[in-house]
Amino acid sequence: MTEMLKVVDLHAVAGEREILKGVNLTVNEGETCVLFGPNGSGKSTLMSTIMGYSSIKVTQGKILFKGQDITEMTVDQRAKMGIGMMMQRPPNIYGVKLGDLIKASSPDNGETILKDASKFKMQNFLEREVNVGFSGGEIKRSELLQLTAQKPEFILLDEPESGVDLENIDLIGNKVHDLLYDSSCPGKQRHVSSLVITHTGQIMDYIGADRGYVMRDGRIFCSGRPGDLLREIKENGYGECDGCQQIISL
Amino acid sequence: MSADNKSVKEALNKMGAYGADLDLDHYSEGSKDSVQIDDLQSSKYKDYMEKVGVVADEMNRSGTLMFIDNGMSHCSSSQQEGLEMMSTQEALRKYDWAKDYLWKAMDPTKDKYTAKSYLEDADGYFIRVKSGYHVKDPVQACMMINTDKTIQNVHNIVIVEDNASLEMITGCSTSPHANDALHIGVSEIYVGENCNLTFSMIHSWGKQTGVRPRTSTVVGKNSNYTSNYVILNPVGSLQSFPSATLAEGATALYNTMCIAHEGSDIDTGGLVYLNGRNSSAQIMSRSISMGGHMCARGRLVGNAPGAKAHLECRSIIMKDGGSTNAVPELEAHVADVEMTHEAAVGKIAQDQIEYLMSRGLTEDEAVSMIVRGFLSGSINGLPPALQQELDVAIEQANLGD
Repeated sequence: MTEMLKVVDLHAVAGEREILKGVNLTVNEGETCVLFGPNGSGKSTLMSTIMGYSSIKVTQGKILFKGQDITEMTVDQRAKMGIGMMMQRPPNIYGVKLGDLIKASSPDNGETILKDASKFKMQNFLEREVNVGFSGGEIKRSELLQLTAQKPEFILLDEPESGVDLENIDLIGNKVHDLLYDSSCPGKQRHVSSLVITHTGQIMDYIGADRGYVMRDGRIFCSGRPGDLLREIKENGYGECDGCQQIISL
Repeated sequence: MSADNKSVKEALNKMGAYGADLDLDHYSEGSKDSVQIDDLQSSKYKDYMEKVGVVADEMNRSGTLMFIDNGMSHCSSSQQEGLEMMSTQEALRKYDWAKDYLWKAMDPTKDKYTAKSYLEDADGYFIRVKSGYHVKDPVQACMMINTDKTIQNVHNIVIVEDNASLEMITGCSTSPHANDALHIGVSEIYVGENCNLTFSMIHSWGKQTGVRPRTSTVVGKNSNYTSNYVILNPVGSLQSFPSATLAEGATALYNTMCIAHEGSDIDTGGLVYLNGRNSSAQIMSRSISMGGHMCARGRLVGNAPGAKAHLECRSIIMKDGGSTNAVPELEAHVADVEMTHEAAVGKIAQDQIEYLMSRGLTEDEAVSMIVRGFLSGSINGLPPALQQELDVAIEQANLGD
């Protein structure tokens, strides 16, 4: 299997504090990997580091994407290579309209996707400033609309189901599914790879998952079948991980 | 406002309340000769006019006025009923009552610039919308400085009578060879009862030009006045603090959009006296320092019960080397008022830039998009014609540099 993303012994700091303490992780082409872990374990930081956000500094290790070392690349170079990210709490962009951002970031000037905005229940948001005053669910739908326009080959999804009410969870789940699978052809193989942070595992009902990783204190402790890992975490919490020495190493 | 010549002459030595003190003796008085231009499209000034929102083909405009230095060069209208346009001096000759609008909203002894205008008997444009008429398309006016080391000294009067409405776009510019000049523009604006007036001004001057507009507006009962001011190109020294006085139920909205380039010194904003019951005002300022000096002022004075007003000054600093001041002031003289302000100065947050970069935009594209949005997108109520001109001006301002 071709490796889409390979993170090797990644150490990173935010300010003075080391958050990532030697992360090793692989996502193969076409694979959906789920990242579990308690709050503050470094999951979102790992995603920001893969995307290249400058608030995090890599001090050791490297990130390979489609075989190429991207550790020193800028955010837009990574985006152009095919990485996309759904942020949990994206910043407000005052004065920039959502529709204009979509036009600027999609290959066909947004022509196709803007017509489909109503399928994301976002048709009334295109003239609004990006993320300004959006509710939790609206932010998710906005992020998904933007990602669908962008068409990445590999997607980082940071808690796609958090803060979403029951009425919207189906829409969000189905749109994440459509991003990862080609909805135009049921028989077609999955073509987009992803790394997904989830606490509840709810999103797995929509997209399935091939592999799960558990992150604790800036490192990946173990990997396994996502359903098994989720069951274990639900029953025993992350406490069991403390005694486990299965840190994934080089 | 009464003024005797002696006190006005004394005021020639009176520095402006704000901004650098410009030496009037450095300049000679600009020519009052009129160089008649009938066809603006074939005029050599066409490009300069269009850069400041004045369209040469006059399409979708109710009328056009143009001053070159101190002489009126063009005055044409689509003959819309209820609209009168001429030079101020012509209006004073034509109507006895016109003098009642001269130096009534503005005190000629305010500072050396108003005094200079008074003593020179400056000409300018006179626009009147008669009671009950709603002028469909905007009236445009262009003030062009064409002679170096001179003063363009203009005195404009705008009268919108009761139950009438008008939209004005004024553009001011200099020819490249007239860089070291001074513009003094006194504008007295009178808005009657139940009126709407939108007054938009786009400036594009030379790198050394001194600019001292003096604008005062009287807004009648239940009328709305909107003032948009845009300067995106380098200027020498610009200082302006336009004011509005509101009657009962009247509203004023000041929108200011500025870029202070290296070498530019800009001090501008708005002052509103909320004198009528339930009057309201909003002053919004968006500015960017590209290494120049920027001072965004706003002052709201609540003098009547039920007054509501908000003031917002936001500045982005793109380059070191200049300075940025935000000076919001609130002053209340009665208990029943609601007045607020907010001010923010700083660089563009990196997470915003990187968020757009994560969608594939380059850093320059992301910065440009945020800055464009910052300048124009956050301000509601810009007339579509101005919005288009603003977009073009922002494109030309080379924000990625």
